[in-house]
Amino acid sequence: MRRQVMDWLEERTGLETAVNHFLYEDIPASAGWHQVMGSVALFCFMIQILTGLLLAFNYAPTPGEAHSSVRYIMTEVTGGKLIRGLHHWGASMMIVVVVSHMVQVFLWGAHKKPREATWLVGIVLLLLTLGFGLTGYLLPWDNRAYWGTVVTTQIAAKSPGLGAQIERLLGSENGVGVVTFARFYTMHVMLLPLLTTLIVGVHIYLVRRHGIAPAPNDTAPKKKFFPGQVFKDTVAIFIAFCVLFALSVFLQAPLGRLADPTDTTYVPRPEWYFLFLFQTLKFFEGPLEVVGAHILPGLAIGALAMAPFIDRGQLRKVTQRTTAWGIALLAGAAWAGLTIAAMRSTPPETDMHAGLVDAPEWQSLSPEELAGLGHFRKQNCHACHVLGEKGKAIGPDLTASATKRDAAWHIAHFKSPAEVVPGSSMPPLTLPERQLNALAAFMLQLKPGSGASLDSAPDAVVNGAMVYQQQQCGICHQANGFGMKVGPALNGLASRRKRDWVVKHFYEPQMMVPGSTMPPYRLPKQQLQDLTTYLMELPARAPSRD
Amino acid sequence: MLAEDSETSRRRFHLGVIYTLMGTIGAALGIPAAGYLLVPGSSNRKEEWVEVTNLEKLKAGEPEEIVFRRNRKDGWKILSEKTSAWVTKKPDGQVIAFAPSCTHLGCAFHYDEKHKNFLCPCHTSTFDLEGKPLEGPAPRALDRYQMKIEGGKILLGAVVKSQES
Repeated sequence: MRRQVMDWLEERTGLETAVNHFLYEDIPASAGWHQVMGSVALFCFMIQILTGLLLAFNYAPTPGEAHSSVRYIMTEVTGGKLIRGLHHWGASMMIVVVVSHMVQVFLWGAHKKPREATWLVGIVLLLLTLGFGLTGYLLPWDNRAYWGTVVTTQIAAKSPGLGAQIERLLGSENGVGVVTFARFYTMHVMLLPLLTTLIVGVHIYLVRRHGIAPAPNDTAPKKKFFPGQVFKDTVAIFIAFCVLFALSVFLQAPLGRLADPTDTTYVPRPEWYFLFLFQTLKFFEGPLEVVGAHILPGLAIGALAMAPFIDRGQLRKVTQRTTAWGIALLAGAAWAGLTIAAMRSTPPETDMHAGLVDAPEWQSLSPEELAGLGHFRKQNCHACHVLGEKGKAIGPDLTASATKRDAAWHIAHFKSPAEVVPGSSMPPLTLPERQLNALAAFMLQLKPGSGASLDSAPDAVVNGAMVYQQQQCGICHQANGFGMKVGPALNGLASRRKRDWVVKHFYEPQMMVPGSTMPPYRLPKQQLQDLTTYLMELPARAPSRD
Repeated sequence: MLAEDSETSRRRFHLGVIYTLMGTIGAALGIPAAGYLLVPGSSNRKEEWVEVTNLEKLKAGEPEEIVFRRNRKDGWKILSEKTSAWVTKKPDGQVIAFAPSCTHLGCAFHYDEKHKNFLCPCHTSTFDLEGKPLEGPAPRALDRYQMKIEGGKILLGAVVKSQES
């Protein structure tokens, strides 16, 4: 039966002959384990295609939604973390494998005549691989993506001669935004895959045309590609796959905070395989910058392309190619030195996965808004309004309606509900003006679906925010971006000071910080504890608000 | 003879390893890929109850279309969108809220006052006031919202699919 189907297919398509022709190619007797990297590179490329396709099924390619869709893939979609991990680490693995492949070819002298064209096409594939890394870096649209691309596009814009045109092509004349995003996405998922597939085809054709490079004086009878060499390729592919799979399972692919063009604290760094270029750039300042950014990398690529035309002598055994080994080791050492230097000057990235954790919404409230939540609780508004999981639905659902009004309306309504909404049975609130303001500010944050998240703020924190407002700490300090900058900003206090220190500091500011102009605050014990709790719970950085 | 044997067993070993390793890779990629595409993901979002109308506003025995806003999770987004329910207060005071689409192919049905039943304009399926299919191609009763009454207000939750009849 199987034979019949195969014969039918063979007669009509010649499939079997084609496959056999491919598998039973003659290869030199000296072929072996050192020639597996090309197959591994092709395998890695196929993994990137497969995982990229899967990611695209759940990915929104616009700056507005890219980050939340990647986060959705990582936190909600079945197996999404693994698929993105494979794609993320697969990119790094491709670089490692492609470079190893080139180093092997170079050391063995396999790029020499008549295989110069195969080598040149290989260099194009290396550049395409780097292009994938560069364009894909932007797509999660987190801080590292955004800032990394800002730097990349600026370097490209400074290219000698064609800078302005390149900048236009990248759509980055007015900064990195929707246009650049669309172009990087299109390059990453359409142009580069298409080009790469075509050029891989040319590369394989050339490899077949010239045959696998034999060792010098290899006159032994030829052997077949299948199954001996395919076995070696498969084992190598399997090892690479195990490493990739383990990386994806044990090291979560990063997703930082949503890209924030106003974040001045972020230290942008390129992916590890570009760090050596980043470090090189540091040696060239001012008008010499172009040397580090364009001329040197250009020369390096040029030298790589010239290699088979310079290295024209008789082919010698790999162990005797001392010059080639010397060049490769020197290049490797230079690369490692630059990369290590760059890594040592890079502060450890602390919020690599910050984009995956849900900060509770109350953490982004201003002190006044959070104090407003306190008044909401103290005035027992839950008795008639549902907020999150608490409360009775006697009055309207505030998360559905409160933001449709402005603060002035809310304040008027708090003071005399029936006058503003005829027929309302809500009792008037008798609070000082400042507290009504806070309550109104809180009302304006009650977006649909936010109730439970806002109401999950612990009592101590909310009470602390009320003390903060009552003592008017905002006259000198900034919290979550609100308040003045006379004293130090309070976000990140928890990472700078211990709780005890903060409490003591309230009693005797000058004892803890000589020369401080802050007056002592000898508040009742509970208030002081709550206030400290509130300050320690402030997010490390002021959240951005839209 | 001996050399040929060892050549054959060598070939068999190579083939065995190739198929095993390729099969393992195929499974390690294929199973997660299938899960990724086919197995619904986890979402820790709780279903919300939306207040839609007052019980006393409904007339007994007369279905009323009520339009309201609710939040719906769509992939990575939470959308606040308009939707509607056909709410009926039965003479005994019991309230039913039907989802607004026909169980045949999802068209929006309406209440036919003359015949006192629900009519879908697409393929003329009809349903009685309990949602049971009367005529036409509709395969099952109308879907209902989860419903509760608190303080005289009607709150709707998720849509529950009716059973195939």
